[in-house]
Amino acid sequence: MNLTLKVWRQSGPSDSGRMVKYRVEEVSPDMSFLEMLDVLNERLILEGDDPIAFDHDCREGICGMCGMVINGVAHGEQVATTTCQLHMRHFEDGATITIEPWRAAPFPVVKDLVVDRSAFDRIIQAGGFVSVPAGSAPDAHSLPVRKEDADSAFDAATCIGCGACVAACPNGSASLFTAAKITHLSLLPQGQPERLSRAKAMVDQMDAEGFGGCTNTGECTAVCPKGIPLDTIAQMNSDYLKANAK
Amino acid sequence: MAVTGAVMVLFLVGHMLGNLKIFISRDSFNDYATALRTLLEPLAPYRTLLTIVEVVLAVSVVLHIWAAISLSRRAHAARPVKYAAKKSQAGGYATHIMRYGGVTIVLFLVWHLLDLTFGVVNPKGPVSTPADRMIAGFDPSRWWMTLIYLVAVVMVGLHLRHGIWSAFQTLGWANRNRYKALRTGAALVSAVLVIGFLAPPLAITFGVVK
Amino acid sequence: MKYAEGSPIQDTKAPEGPIEDRWEKRKFAAKLVNPANKRKLNVIVVGTGLAGGSAAATLGELGYNVKSFCYQDTPRRAHSIAAQGGINAAKNYRGDGDSVYRLFYDTVKGGDFRSRESNVYRLAQVSVNIIDQAVAQGVPFAREYGGLLDTRSFGGAQVSRTFYARGQTGQQLLLGAYQALERQVAAGTVEMFTRHEMLDLIIDNGRARGVIVRDMVTGEIERHVADAVVLATGGYGNVFFLSTNAKGCNTTAIWRAHERGAYFANPCYTQIHPTCIPVSGEYQSKLTLMSESLRNDGRVWVPLRKGDDRLPGDIPDDERDYYLERIYPAFGNLVPRDIASRAAKNVCDEGRGVGPGGLGVYLDFRDAIGRLGRDAVEKKYGNLFEMYERITGENPYDQPMRIYPAVHYTMGGLWVDYDLQSTIPGLFVIGEANFSDHGANRLGASALMQGLADGYFVLPTTLGDYLAAGPFGEVNEEAVAEAEAKVTSRIERLLAVNGTRTPDSFHRELGRLMWDYCGMERTEESLRKALERIPELRAEFWANVKVSGANEELNQVLEKAGRVADFFDLAELMCLDALVRSESCGGHFRAESQDADGEALRDDEHFAHVSAWEHSPEGEPVLHKEPLEYDYVKMSQRSYK
Repeated sequence: MNLTLKVWRQSGPSDSGRMVKYRVEEVSPDMSFLEMLDVLNERLILEGDDPIAFDHDCREGICGMCGMVINGVAHGEQVATTTCQLHMRHFEDGATITIEPWRAAPFPVVKDLVVDRSAFDRIIQAGGFVSVPAGSAPDAHSLPVRKEDADSAFDAATCIGCGACVAACPNGSASLFTAAKITHLSLLPQGQPERLSRAKAMVDQMDAEGFGGCTNTGECTAVCPKGIPLDTIAQMNSDYLKANAK
Repeated sequence: MAVTGAVMVLFLVGHMLGNLKIFISRDSFNDYATALRTLLEPLAPYRTLLTIVEVVLAVSVVLHIWAAISLSRRAHAARPVKYAAKKSQAGGYATHIMRYGGVTIVLFLVWHLLDLTFGVVNPKGPVSTPADRMIAGFDPSRWWMTLIYLVAVVMVGLHLRHGIWSAFQTLGWANRNRYKALRTGAALVSAVLVIGFLAPPLAITFGVVK
Repeated sequence: MKYAEGSPIQDTKAPEGPIEDRWEKRKFAAKLVNPANKRKLNVIVVGTGLAGGSAAATLGELGYNVKSFCYQDTPRRAHSIAAQGGINAAKNYRGDGDSVYRLFYDTVKGGDFRSRESNVYRLAQVSVNIIDQAVAQGVPFAREYGGLLDTRSFGGAQVSRTFYARGQTGQQLLLGAYQALERQVAAGTVEMFTRHEMLDLIIDNGRARGVIVRDMVTGEIERHVADAVVLATGGYGNVFFLSTNAKGCNTTAIWRAHERGAYFANPCYTQIHPTCIPVSGEYQSKLTLMSESLRNDGRVWVPLRKGDDRLPGDIPDDERDYYLERIYPAFGNLVPRDIASRAAKNVCDEGRGVGPGGLGVYLDFRDAIGRLGRDAVEKKYGNLFEMYERITGENPYDQPMRIYPAVHYTMGGLWVDYDLQSTIPGLFVIGEANFSDHGANRLGASALMQGLADGYFVLPTTLGDYLAAGPFGEVNEEAVAEAEAKVTSRIERLLAVNGTRTPDSFHRELGRLMWDYCGMERTEESLRKALERIPELRAEFWANVKVSGANEELNQVLEKAGRVADFFDLAELMCLDALVRSESCGGHFRAESQDADGEALRDDEHFAHVSAWEHSPEGEPVLHKEPLEYDYVKMSQRSYK
């Protein structure tokens, strides 16, 4: 396959950035999207150009490090798939592909397609945990959990923190990310003591980071590589309202 | 958004039921309009209840718009650099219908009040019965008025289709087991309102009600 | 390559006495740090995986002043996140005969009698606390309808002791540790440095006192000093270029510590995982593992006849060779990883492999779907099947998966004593980065157990014993400046070469060489070839590598080049270790040492020891042997027939 790429290039936070066109030839349909960029980068290095910076690590769809907006869709159009798991067989020969970084004020561009997502860590710091120091835990079987609750908690807990939800949201909201953690812990007995204070602290931190508000458009869940369900946001809202009513 | 929206939905239901009285007779419709003003008399002065409703509605409208504007401003602040290419994966329906739809509805609301409430732009003028104004307003010769009304009401319907469901989500009453019911319910309420609001003007324009 | 033999080395920290009392004894003997003093003691933890993340969080909870470093943009992305299968614990919730002793026994035996009994026993003891801790943190393990935790049997174990969270156990456990860590960041006890890479160790007065790191965004070289340094930087499987490790996994931190005096133990012990998705082409950047739980229901086979290129569905049963079931009737498809891997290589070497290049075997679910129904199979393995289809474009419900072994885990690592302290006082090494618990082969679902045991329970006790003598005062400026200058000059050197080959092209070539000569099967000849070729390739690297850009920016080429340079040195030591250890054991298979059936043949008389290598800057590496004694588990030749 031969492709034309239009890639966002930005040397650093102070650069205003621009789209740059590249031709890539003899792309194998079995390549992953990132392998296609690897091949291009190898060429750029040898030509003395600056290779395209992009975040990636595990390349098996679980670490959440990779992420780019491909043809206007976070992680590309393949459903429930991270960028690293997207394969070139889903593109047509001769196609032009637009590649941009996650765009959100709380995710400033570091370089090219690399953005700073530390805002997510700060949201977790605000309360995304159960306060239980090592060594203080009771026996694991002392507290049975309904299988349905454990499964739903797991569904929410599979969030990989990639930030695609923010990138896709027309409001730049981090609600799905925040709600996933709140819901995960809200559904388990272990999360109950801190349930309301957690929801309040995390939502307030999310707002303080400058993310937009949720208008329930559902764009987030549509691009989420782990398919975090939208009702986590309802759960978050419910906990948050209860916390504020107290 | 959710609470103020709910207030307005409740109002719309009452408003629609009142409108439908035109099918019974002009007098029935006029009596209804009078009753709105005289209800609670003589316990309270003329127009007490209506004024309360008007104030609540006005406050709701203002808060609803204020919330919409602040959400929209936050959204702009959260994404200062736009995408060169952006494709919606959820259809983009909610975003567009709520923001642009909302603006359309506000514009219509102004016209609607001037036309049928204050009668300023109504052929019958302000000094006339509500039924006269309504029937004159949608006279076959003013088919364009009916068309504007039709577009606006459909817009309200679409706004509510997302809005009603969304309110449940915002208030934290939704979950995956209820989504289907909520979506269907929201669509149903919207459809009933659209039909209920469109029936009188269409009937008038097509001469069924005179 | 020559080496010298040094004096034997001993683990002086393991207590004597009955094995079940040793950890209690050690804990009681460990000196305690006055709570008021903890705040004054600084600890550096490098790496934020299960070991590093849990250690930093726990040390923070205890009140130490912790600095935590990771190369990713957030600690939650460390590669522990990718572990799929589960975590072992001797809870015996099933009442199926499991016990601490049995987990200990299985681990020592599974490690092919090349691990320390004391360490392994402690690991088995602590395993039960890990599950309690994780559950209390809200880790959503799989549960049964009664609300209790579900377990499964995994990777050759005959009891059901593996706790799991669908196919994402590593992720859920890591997020538990990550959340505990972020809680401490919020509490101010841990300071987090993301996108920072450790490039050298600061040693002053014989003690590890800090690290030199590079801020990967600005390129700034920073110095951080402390009273102790903990390395939790994972394994070195990426020396093979293609492995199931994350792209960023590297050996730099432990290698630089090795160069500073920490002994490197058993570098040749490499675990090859049997169920990975085969290579599809030249551009391949990594290999993807699929949980070996697939082997519980999938049947492994190749065509009976060489060169049979019919579609798998067209090959009748009597023309298929279910070779694992044939050779190992007792364990069948569930034989340990190294045996399954080597068997796959053997049938492919016979020319019976399937898929591109003949490097693959079938893993077939046809019978499982027939027996359990498609829904049940989907429920159990749905996410793995989806992953397979995403990568290969083939639907495993309709046609068998193709699998091939890939490098997965390295049992070797920096030598540590019972306290997890390296040969440099004040340098502690935990998780995959050390060598301690798995011997020559790690059992499935034991990596998560070891990482968390080290981080949550072992290190916090033993590090306290060391720190009780602290704080250790100011660090000599000269020591810091020397380390910093070394780092800076190395970066300058890399940038100055300006040759014609990319770091990745060297890495690929090195990886290929290691896979061919020091991979699943090693011979004296292949290892000698590798030892000849590696220095040549390294010389070419330093003469001809091209690193674009500058240091003072986000420069992924520079990061890569520095890591590849260290892989060369490590690769050489691996081959040397593999050459010296002329026996076969666990993940180290020397073709010269096998029995009549082609099984690995240990040589306990000559090799029942840990090989701990000392770096010598100019001369040859020095081998120190730590003898291994087995008082509880009788040494025997493994047999899975």
